[in-house]
Formats: sequence, C-alpha cells, structure tokens
Amino acid sequence: MTIQDVNSSLALGADGARPANTGAFGRKALQLVGDLATRFGVLIAFALLWEYGGRLGFLNSAVIPPLSNVIAALRDGLVSGPLKEDLGISLTRAGVAFGAATALGIPLGLVMGQLPTAEKLIDPLLQLFRQTSALALYPVFILLLGLGETSKVFVIFWASLFPILLATIGGVKEVDGKLIEMARVYGARRLTIFRRVVLPGAVPQIFVGLRLSATTALLMLIAAEMIGANHGVGFQVMNAQYNFQLPLMFASIVLLALLGLATNYAILGLQRRLCRWNAAA
Amino acid sequence: MSATQAALRGEVSIRRLSKAFTLNDRRLDVLRGLNLDIRSGECLVIVGASGSGKTTLLRILAGLEQADAGEVDIDGRPVAGVGAERAVIFQEPRLLPWLTVLENVTFGLDIRGWSKARARAEARHYIELVGLGDFADAYPRQLSGGMAQRVGIARALTVKPEILLLDEPLGALDAMTKIAMQQELSRIWREEKVTMILVTHDLEEAIYLADRVLVLPKIKSQPPRLIDVNLPRPRERSSADFVALREELLAEFGLH
Repeated sequence: MTIQDVNSSLALGADGARPANTGAFGRKALQLVGDLATRFGVLIAFALLWEYGGRLGFLNSAVIPPLSNVIAALRDGLVSGPLKEDLGISLTRAGVAFGAATALGIPLGLVMGQLPTAEKLIDPLLQLFRQTSALALYPVFILLLGLGETSKVFVIFWASLFPILLATIGGVKEVDGKLIEMARVYGARRLTIFRRVVLPGAVPQIFVGLRLSATTALLMLIAAEMIGANHGVGFQVMNAQYNFQLPLMFASIVLLALLGLATNYAILGLQRRLCRWNAAA
Repeated sequence: MSATQAALRGEVSIRRLSKAFTLNDRRLDVLRGLNLDIRSGECLVIVGASGSGKTTLLRILAGLEQADAGEVDIDGRPVAGVGAERAVIFQEPRLLPWLTVLENVTFGLDIRGWSKARARAEARHYIELVGLGDFADAYPRQLSGGMAQRVGIARALTVKPEILLLDEPLGALDAMTKIAMQQELSRIWREEKVTMILVTHDLEEAIYLADRVLVLPKIKSQPPRLIDVNLPRPRERSSADFVALREELLAEFGLH
C-alpha cells in the first residue's frame, strides 16, 4: 500500500511534470512576494502611515495632508499647474550645470591624475575650494554674475564640479601601476596606455564621482531656487508654503525626491552597462 | 646571412653587469660584475635567496630597470628599454579586469597593430594551447589563480617572443597547480622553441625546467655559480639523479 503510494507519486512526478511545476511556480511566487516585502515593505508601511495617520488622529492633517492628496496635487501640478513649468526650468538649470561640471571635471581630472606635479600644485587650492560651502559663495556669484540664471547655474556647477573632479583624479591615481608596466612591456606608448589601461581602470571611480556630483547638483539647485528665484521646483516648495498650499508643497518635495532617485538609477544603470566586468558595480 | 640570424635568435650576452640600491642611506650591491651568456633556445633558471638580485637581473633583461654599469646584448644588439623580441610573465597574471580572456590575450597584438580578426584567431590558438578554450569569454575575476596565470602566459606567447622572461610565475599557486603548470611550461618551451629565463625560489622547479641553473649568492664577494642540468626530459622528480642534484643545490644555500 505504502509502496504503491510512493510509486504513484514517483510516476506522477516523472511523466506529468505539472504537479512539480506548479509547486516550483508557487514557491517562486512566494519567494518573489517575500523579496518585494523585504525590499519595499518599510516603504509601503511609511506610505500607509502617511495616508491614514491623519484619519487615525496621530498626524495633523492640516500640516501633513494625506498622501493621496499630495499625489493628486502632484498630478494636477504636472498636468495643468505650475509644476510642469517649474520642472522644466529646474531640469535645465541642474542639467546645464551638471553637464558643464562633468565636461570640465572629467578631462581635467584625467590630466591632473596623470601629472603628479600639476596635481600637487593645484591640490591645496582644490581642497580649500571644496571645503568652502558653495552656498557661502552664492552672494559673491550674484555680485559677479547678477541675479539671473547665470549665477544660479554657476553655483550649482561650482558645487558639483569638485566631487567629479576629485573622484576622477583619485581613479586615475589608483590604477594599478603593475598593469601600466605590463602594457609597457608590450610596447604600449603613453597615449595607448592612457586609452587602454588608465581610462578604463578609472571608470568605476568616475562613476562614483558622477553620482556624488548629480546629488550635489540637485541639492544646490533646491538651495539656489529657495534663495533667489521665482520659478523652479525648489522655489515652489517655499512658495507653496508661504501660500499655505501644503499639498502642492509636499508634491514639490516628492517631485524633487523622485528626481534624485531617477538620476541616481540612471547613472547606476549606465555604470552597470559600462562596467559589466566589475562584480561590485 | 639568414643562417647566422637564425643562430642568433634569442641569444643573450651579459657583461660586467652591476646594480646597487640605496636603502636607509646604505649602499646595497645587488649585482656585482656579472658575466653570463645565455644560448639561443636555452632554459636558464635563476635561483637565489631573497635579496640576491634575481628579480633585479630579470627586470634589467626585460628593460624595466637600468643597470648601473655593464651591458646586456640581445642577438648582438645592446638592450635599451623594453623590446618586441622579449615578453615578460610576472608573478601576478596582470590581466586587465575589464577585458575578457580573449581580449586580454590579444592585448599585445592590438598594440602591435594587428587587425582584430587576425589577432583573435592567433589568440584563440594560444588560449587552446594553455587549455582555456572554454573560457575565452570569461572575465578575469571568474578565473582561478592558475587559470589567470595561464592567460598571462598565452598573452606573452601571442607576440612570438624570442626570449620569454618569467619572474616567479608559479610562486603564488598551490602545490598541485604548480606541478601541472611546470609540466605545461616545459611543454610550451619545447613547442615554441623560445629562450626561457625563469626566476624562482623553488629548487625542484629549477631542476625540472632548467638546462642550466644560475645560483646568485647573497654575499656579493662570492661569485655566482652555474650548474648544468644534464638530465633526460621529461624529468622524473623522484629519480636518483634529480634528487642528488637537488641535494647539491640545497648545499649551495647551506641547507644541508
């Protein structure tokens, strides 16, 4: 009787793969749910708390409107309200500044990383500039460049230049000298060594710098727009607060957070594509 | 003309070679007036205690370091820097981590301006030769130490050097892998007919591979010793002659 049972279940497993399959499928689905819960569980709990906190009486809805109201404000703001225009202006400011910082920082870092003397000469100045808050310099930039777009873009550019510049210099300097020596043995000249060994070796560090710079650019964008602007998402946060449009204020904050997340994931995605060899990336 | 050239391929002549380092304000002679002729197609193994200058000698031959005095001629021409007729295999594989095995092996050919297709075909041949045919598309981080070192060997062989310089190439490998790689090196040396100059601190490895063993003394007032290894190949590690020679070499180091 028992033997027969074992046999029949064996036979079932052997010819009709269905039961085994659904079992595997069920386990996989369960595992997926588990993974999602681990990854997003706290986030979902936070969202639920935000949404229902007011109704349950432990959040002041007048100050912190429910999440659904914020999302509605975000949608309205982007479709027909001020956020659409603000987002365009903010993206342009941060984009131009970050682009300029990258366009200057990476080539300059590559050169300085290769020329120890140049690096030694400029490094003290770099360290001083880096430690001087760009926000403290913002009034100076306004005096020099006026209250318009230029000073805003410049302060963002200034702040986001240093992370990418210093990371690139570090990346170049950290390239294994033994690999450079290997390339020399095969007759590679300076430019070939740079192109085939130094540059690819520095790429992971350059990406670290890019992510830091992008974060800094968004941070400075918001600060610059809060101080002296009448457009932009950062301005909208302050403006909505003055006018007590709290859903719009939170919508602007959420928009900025999403912008930061999107930028970070975009750069991370690019890094994964370019550095498939690097398991850590 | 061509006959003389063929006879000269990979011949090394070292004359009165000296090199010293300064360490904590003290002058340390590493090589003092070394004279040595290395024959075309020979396997010369250099042994010596740490600090005896064996790696320094190899690096001078590679053109990676300059001697203080004396000359090195290769096929009658003085050595100045690195050269296309020499390839170096280091203790570490020194693979570029962002390139696959195949791309790493074509590296030397790329630099010499070979077309991609020709370089790849050539590289595949040597990847097969070192037994890594199935790993051509793997990245270095996916390889074991022994496999990575074999990639380094394949890369060196693709450029068809007359002289292969090996700086403790098996030093970082485990005992089993090491023996397998010694057999492989011996086979490659015979098949490729290169002059092989190998630095090691493993006396058994020296006797297994060498036509002659150069023993560099630690105390520089003593002269270096050259020992002929007249054992039939492939060599039997447990044979009486092999063991006797190992005892003799051990005695050179005062370890007997």
